[in-house]
Amino acid sequence: MASTIRVRATANGDTTEVQALIQHPMDTGFVKDAQGQIIPPHFIQQLTFEHNGKAVFLANWGTAVSKDPYVKFSFKGASKGDDLKISWVDNKGATDTTTAKIQ
Amino acid sequence: MSMIRTRGIALVQSGNWFPGKTVLKSNIRNLVLATVLLMAGAWPALAASEADYKAAFAAAEAAQKQADGLRNKWTTTEAQLAAAKKAAGAGDFDAATTAAREAEALAKASIFQATSEKERWKDMEIR
Amino acid sequence: MHVRTILASAAAALATAVLACVAASAIAAPDRPDPVADAKAFQNFFAKKFPKVKYEDFVNGPYSMNEDLHRQWEEKEQFPPYEFALEAGKEMFATPFKNGKTYADCFPNKGIGIRQNYPTFDEKEGKVITLELALNRCREANGEAPYSYVKDEMAALTAYMAFTSRGNKMDIKIPNDPRALAAYENGKRYFYTRRGQLNFSCATCHVQSPGERIRAEILAPALGIMNAMPIYRSEWSSMGTTSRRFMTCNSQTRAVPLEPQSDEYRDVEYFLSYVANGLPISGPGARP
Repeated sequence: MASTIRVRATANGDTTEVQALIQHPMDTGFVKDAQGQIIPPHFIQQLTFEHNGKAVFLANWGTAVSKDPYVKFSFKGASKGDDLKISWVDNKGATDTTTAKIQ
Repeated sequence: MSMIRTRGIALVQSGNWFPGKTVLKSNIRNLVLATVLLMAGAWPALAASEADYKAAFAAAEAAQKQADGLRNKWTTTEAQLAAAKKAAGAGDFDAATTAAREAEALAKASIFQATSEKERWKDMEIR
Repeated sequence: MHVRTILASAAAALATAVLACVAASAIAAPDRPDPVADAKAFQNFFAKKFPKVKYEDFVNGPYSMNEDLHRQWEEKEQFPPYEFALEAGKEMFATPFKNGKTYADCFPNKGIGIRQNYPTFDEKEGKVITLELALNRCREANGEAPYSYVKDEMAALTAYMAFTSRGNKMDIKIPNDPRALAAYENGKRYFYTRRGQLNFSCATCHVQSPGERIRAEILAPALGIMNAMPIYRSEWSSMGTTSRRFMTCNSQTRAVPLEPQSDEYRDVEYFLSYVANGLPISGPGARP
């Protein structure tokens, strides 16, 4: 199955710019379906970006983040060719991980 | 109502505003007259029956059907029709009749819009 | 006396004939639609109203109207929100039907790079055919159930087809057929007609007020407004088709929406696409 994480990391000198698009419903638990039943909350609780075993970006999310979240940030200390590991865990215990090469 | 107002103005103009005995009597008479008129006017709204609702709803639905034929129904008309039905279902025929009458007015406005726009749209056209 | 009467009646007849001709041409001129002139007037109107906008940029809707929005959108396009729908659409397009045939079999050029030709006028049927309609007909002709015109699958499919056509110039044809002209004119009429309790026409927002705000949104210009379809709207948190947008626009003016792919919707899409001929396809699009 295809990964839910799309990521692009570009090194620009010492700074690496990272963009990621994650496929996830991010249901708040306040919305009703067509039958009038509440769609239970289903959202990413923790999102981690790791480089060389160290977390360079850590997010603790709640229901305020929208569906298919997009993240963009930059960090220092990485070089072209390095690995960047991304993983998330949601409130149902589901997870996904992917590794991308910094370009 | 205007009858009473003109009377009042007449009283002021004639300088008879400060009530003497005759003026007071006619003022009271006017007041009673006004109350009776008001009540007479309010009477149907106070006692809307199921028949009233059904007639009003039928008229509203007919107008909405006509709007539909012109492909120009309004969502607010639909909302009022639904509200009328709901109130009638709960036995509140006053609210139901009021909502039905409102729906008919909205439907008629949408018909007017569709009919006048048949020519008026050209005013907006870029040439 | 006899000759004079004849001459007099001849003159009268001639005069009446001339008058009739003049009257007829005076009536006929505004009645016969002239799409070529309309398109020119439409394009000139927006070019003149927004002289600073690069002409091709009109297809980017609200982004062409506001520099800050444009910058944010450019950044977002590096990683666009429609990416998932696009990938799903690509997969769907390649997947054969139960009978072994594919969408490629229904369309010219195997369905690649053809979005700019839609809507087209079908002379056999005498009606406007949109891309969505053509896709569902393809499905039904091959024994598959049609997709909803407003939801995800149709939006994903058309997103992929738009993507393969990106950059191609809009190329809508109106054949020399009175029914095609009538459909075009019907679409034009729909576009300019006020509707709903709020009494807005499409033109009220997209001709009179592009670049201005309606509540928190910046309005897009009508020129090229179809070129970015289908669109991922942040408001919907999902992909939506032309039908979906028309229906929501209707309800936003408090008009009861028509059925998806109804005559009026297909005709207005025909009109709007035609007057944008020459502008590039920018779909699938991302909008606020």
